Parts: sequence; C-alpha cells; structure tokens
Amino acid sequence: MNFFTLLTALIDGLLIGVVYGIAAMGLNLIWGVMRVINLAHGALIAMGMFTVYLLYSNFGLNPYLALLLAAVLGLLMGMLIYFVAIKRVQNAPYLSTLLATFAVNMILIGLGTAAFTTTPRDSGFSIGSLSLGPITLQGTRLVAAFVTLAVTGTLYFFLYRTIPGKHIRAVSNNRAAAELMGIPSVRVMALSFGIGAMLAAIAGALIATFFSFTVLSGDVYQQKSFIIGVLGGLGNPLGALLGGLILGVLEGLLPLAMPNTWVPVIEFGLFIFILLVKPSGLLGGKK
Amino acid sequence: MFKKHFLFTVLTLLMVVSLALAGCAAPAATQAPAAEAPAAEAPAAEAPAAEAPAAAAEKMVTIGFTASLTGKLNVESTRQNNGLNLWMQQVNDAGGVKLADGTVVKFQSKFYDDESNKDRVQELYTKLAIEDNADFLISPYSSGLADAAAVIAEQYGKIMITTGAASEGTYQKGYTLVYQTYTPAGRYLTGSLDLLASLDANVKKIAIVHENDKFSTDVANALEAYATAQGYEIVLREGYDSGTTDFAPIINKIEAAAPEAVLGGGHFADGQQFAKSMSEKSLAVKFISLLVAPPEPTFAEIGDAALGIVGPSQWEPLAAFPADFGPTGAEFVEAYKAAYGEEPSYHGAGGYMAGLILQKAIESAGSLDTEAVKAALDAIDMTTFFGKIKFDVTPESHGLQIGHEMVYVQWQKDSAGALVKQVVWPSAGKTAESLFPIR
Repeated sequence: MNFFTLLTALIDGLLIGVVYGIAAMGLNLIWGVMRVINLAHGALIAMGMFTVYLLYSNFGLNPYLALLLAAVLGLLMGMLIYFVAIKRVQNAPYLSTLLATFAVNMILIGLGTAAFTTTPRDSGFSIGSLSLGPITLQGTRLVAAFVTLAVTGTLYFFLYRTIPGKHIRAVSNNRAAAELMGIPSVRVMALSFGIGAMLAAIAGALIATFFSFTVLSGDVYQQKSFIIGVLGGLGNPLGALLGGLILGVLEGLLPLAMPNTWVPVIEFGLFIFILLVKPSGLLGGKK
Repeated sequence: MFKKHFLFTVLTLLMVVSLALAGCAAPAATQAPAAEAPAAEAPAAEAPAAEAPAAAAEKMVTIGFTASLTGKLNVESTRQNNGLNLWMQQVNDAGGVKLADGTVVKFQSKFYDDESNKDRVQELYTKLAIEDNADFLISPYSSGLADAAAVIAEQYGKIMITTGAASEGTYQKGYTLVYQTYTPAGRYLTGSLDLLASLDANVKKIAIVHENDKFSTDVANALEAYATAQGYEIVLREGYDSGTTDFAPIINKIEAAAPEAVLGGGHFADGQQFAKSMSEKSLAVKFISLLVAPPEPTFAEIGDAALGIVGPSQWEPLAAFPADFGPTGAEFVEAYKAAYGEEPSYHGAGGYMAGLILQKAIESAGSLDTEAVKAALDAIDMTTFFGKIKFDVTPESHGLQIGHEMVYVQWQKDSAGALVKQVVWPSAGKTAESLFPIR
C-alpha cells in the first residue's frame, strides 16, 4: 500500500463525508429547533433521490437542475408534514412526535413502494472522472461535495444574517421568550422543518447522481445521520458537517487496514463511546 | 382528555379495519388458469388400466406446486410459474404423453400462493401431497423455499423437480426423489475462470470480492478452491455487506492489491453499483465477472460502465444449444412472448424445464409409477434448449444437476454502438467473441 492509495482513500472519504453531513444537518436542525426526532428523514432522502431520477431518466433534465426542484419539493413537503403531523403533537411527550414522524415515514415509504416497487434504480448519470496523477476521483462526487459546501454556506448566511434565520435561532434558543418578542413560532417551526426536509432532499438528490438506490435506501443515510448527529453534537449544524467528515474518512480509510465489514462495528462502537464520554457531541450542541 | 379518547378511538378503528382486511385475505386454492381442458376432470382414485384396447384411455395427472404470488420473490416466481404453465398448455395441446399401455396422459396443475414464506411452503406441500393427491411436485422458487418443500416431497414419497433453486445443500441430505434443474451455486463463477484461462493463460492474479450472504459466499468459496487448484494467485479476498452502495473504499483496496481480474459480486443492486464504481475509478483490470446482475437487461442502465462485464446466467434467449428433446430456444422464446408479451428470463425457462424434464421421464418410463419415473430420471442425459440435463445418482448428492452448465454473457457494443448482451461461453453456445482485455 503506498502513499497515493492512502491519499485517494482519504479524499474519497472526505467527498462522501460532506454529503453524509448535509443529510445529518437536516436532522440536526429539526432537533435543534423543535426537539423532534424526524424518523421520516430517510423517506425524504429517498424522495430527493426519486425526484432526480425521474426527472433525469424521463425528461433528460440535468440532475443538478433537478436538484433545485427536489429542494423546493423537500421544503414544501417538510412544511406540509409539520402542519399535518407534527404541530398538534409537538408539545406532547417525545414519544408522540417520534410516532407521528414514524407514521409519516411509513406512509411515504408505502406510497413509494406502491408506485415504484423496491426495484433498485440507477440514474445512469456520469460526468466522468478527474485524474490527478495516480489519483482518480469520480466527477459526480466532486460536484456533490462542492454543492454541499455551497448549501452549508448559504444555510449559515440564512441563519445568521437574515430575519427569518434569526427567528429560527431565537425559537431554538427559547421558544417562550421568542413568542413574547412577537416571533410567530409556529411559522418559524414550519419553516425549520421545511428546511430540514429540504436538506434531506438535497442529500438524496446528490446521492442519486452516484449511487444506485431503492425506495428504502433513505434508511441507511438516516442511520448514518443519527451517528453523525451524536458525533458532532445534536442541534449544531456545523457539528453535523464535522461528524459527516469523520464518518466519511473512517469509511474511506478503515477498509484499507481491515475487512470492510468491520467498518460499521467501529462506527457504532464510536457512537456508543461518544454517548458515554461526551453525550453532547464533539461540538457541544445546545442544551 | 379529549385527545386521548380520540387517539384510542382511531387506534381501535385501525385494528378493526386491519383485522377485517386480514380476514378477507384468507388463502384460497388457485387452479391454474386455462392450462388444461376443463372437461377432463381427473378421477381422484387411480385410473383403471386401459380395459378397452380400441379407445385409448385418458388420464389426468396432477402436478402440485406453490408459487410466490405475493411477497419478496413475487417477480421471479411469477415468471417461473408462467414457464411451467406454458409447458403444460403445450404438452396438453399436443395431445399429451402416451404411456406404454396406450393410456394418454394429460396434465393439470394444483397450486397455492406460498407468500414467499418457508412455513407456508411446508404446510402447503403437505396439503398437496395428502389432500390433493398430487402425482408429481415441482418446487417453489428460490433455494430456501425449495429446500423446505423437498423434505415434504421425500417424506410422502413424491418425485419433485426443483427449479429456481441453485443451492447444493438440498441434494446432500440423502433425498432420493428430488431432482435439480439449475446449475448448482458452486459452479456459478468457475466457468468465468475457464473463460479467462481460454482468453489469456498468463493472467494469474485475481481478486475475489463478494457480497457477504450465504449464496455469494458459497460461490466465492467454490471459486477460491477452484482457482487455487488451477494455479491462480488470489491477491485479495474481501466480502462486503448486503446493501453496500459505496464501493470506493473497496476499489481503493483492490487497486492496492493490483489484481489482473476481479471476480465476485452478489445480487443485482450491489453488482450494478460495483461495476459502475470500478469504471468511474478506472480500475485497471483485464477481466471482470460478477454474479446475478449482468444478465439482467436493466444492468445496462449504467451505460458504458457495463461494457465488458461478464456474468453467469442459467440460460439466455440467445444461447443456441442443439436441442434433442423439446422445443428449440427460438421456438420457446416465441411461444413465451406470444403467451406473456415479454422476453423470457431464465426464471421462465427454468419453470418450463421442470415440466419438460418430468415429461421426458414419464415418456421414457412409459408409466406413472414413482419407481419407474425415478429410474428414468436417474438415466436422463439430454440436451434441451436450456442446455444439457443430467443428474448425479450417487447416494451422497443424489439429484444434483451435473449436466447443465451456466452460460456467460458479456455486455458488448453492436455496430450501432448500443450495448447488447452476447453469450461468450461455453463455446458451444456462444454468439460473439469475448471482448478482452476490457481496459
């Protein structure tokens, strides 16, 4: 094994890691703002995948344009889910919102399975690869990483520099105080849920450009999002990106040293370790 | 309070509705549609031997089986069922099979939906054997279900032809009445190695990378043993989890081991992704052979990444075996298309073959007696459109298929530049020369 193999593995890991990160960021934002664990996250990721797949394979629409539509669809879908399923149980114990999002998940997956079956799909999209000396990187993954970084940047700008963004942060910090200041908390939370769902849809849309998937594939990324959330700190979007990068690098490098079936063992081992020694995650997270 | 009450009411209603639905879905025996002439109802008891020599007596033979009309095996099982029904219709339309005593035998089917569920299979085969008095049995689709059915067939002394079931284990349990149509799993990739050897005897370094399920691991074990015996150096043996989508780390590892050929894979989704990633990462190997995925038409969704990939298939519509019994490949494909409006996959061909094997054995035996038909099955050595059929008759693995060989397809480009499947191995059935080296 030489230096270039290691370097390729490291870069591959980082590229996939940021995409994991954006999926986790959506989950994280929703938790941070309204203390809801969104179990429909995987279904929303799958929705993003299918939006890109259907638009590209039926209408030849460039996946990166389709991604914009997937994002809008995700945003609207998230707000719809909020008003239909979350709003009325939001103040009930955690179990109620958990069950509500689980039910939404089952409905979405059920509809998806009825419409598309669980047959694996592949967008068949490729923009070739980039060779730098002995290192070959897949083009779609490079673009996905750049898109993710751009989305993260935009999200931060939105949260810290715009009025609705500041409202979201205010509600996240203290809902009662925010309401007393005249912030319409219900609308803000609907928007937050929408943005969380949008991030999931974007992640799904990006994944669809390089991996094959089924209606059920979102689950895998939802699980990774949980690990990442705990790793980076629940409620902290930047922590999600960091957690994603750590997970990606682990997945890239570990298989070089051991059978790759050990990777999930290490990942979930780390998950438990972090829960034991630093339950708030690497970047703290809000109380 | 109101909320709690409301939730309780909704839950109760849901339960009632689901119970009602479950009640409606009680399994019902299903008679094969249009496969037999309805007028000729079979007498339940043994048919009397032809007493009046002038008019040939007719006897209806019941073939019992289950099909997965619902559940995860639905697609493959339905195709297998289609193939079997096509055979039955054709043999009945052609006037049935004539026995030594002049009796004309026609076939009818008795089948149930097994819901892709092992436990249901055992219940239903018991019912087929005892209550429905099936004369012969055909297995359900998949190794697992066929294995569950085989024990029942043996227990009640019924001959069973298995199809859609590649696993060897079933035939190593001392059964004497179970016969396999498919090539056993252990030989799925050994032919790829033979093909590779015929293309370039200097290639010696191979990597075996496979899905970590029972089937793929069995195939990989058999391949490793065969490759080692043939003097190949296995530079990497790696398993990956079912459901893996990110193959980049594994490909980096393959690259570091520097093999000249990659063999392995698992099922459709992972195989397709694996092939795509190898192409995108420009993995420099001369030969790639993967399980299950390449014969599927949708494999070509990955575009040029499919080019050159070799895969084993139980049967291909293209393969041109000189049939000495039953229809030719072209005749079968045409009849199947006419009946079901789609090109037959190997599952459909497998269903048809199960019937054809039984037909051949009854014809040779000239009788419906289990012992006589068993002796005829033991002696079968024929070539059909599906390939050669011959069974192992040793007590250790009685009924194991030893005649049939996989055919190996490779994705190539036709003159118009479109991706097409070609049969490249064995040489007897090939439709094109192999593309080699692929990169």
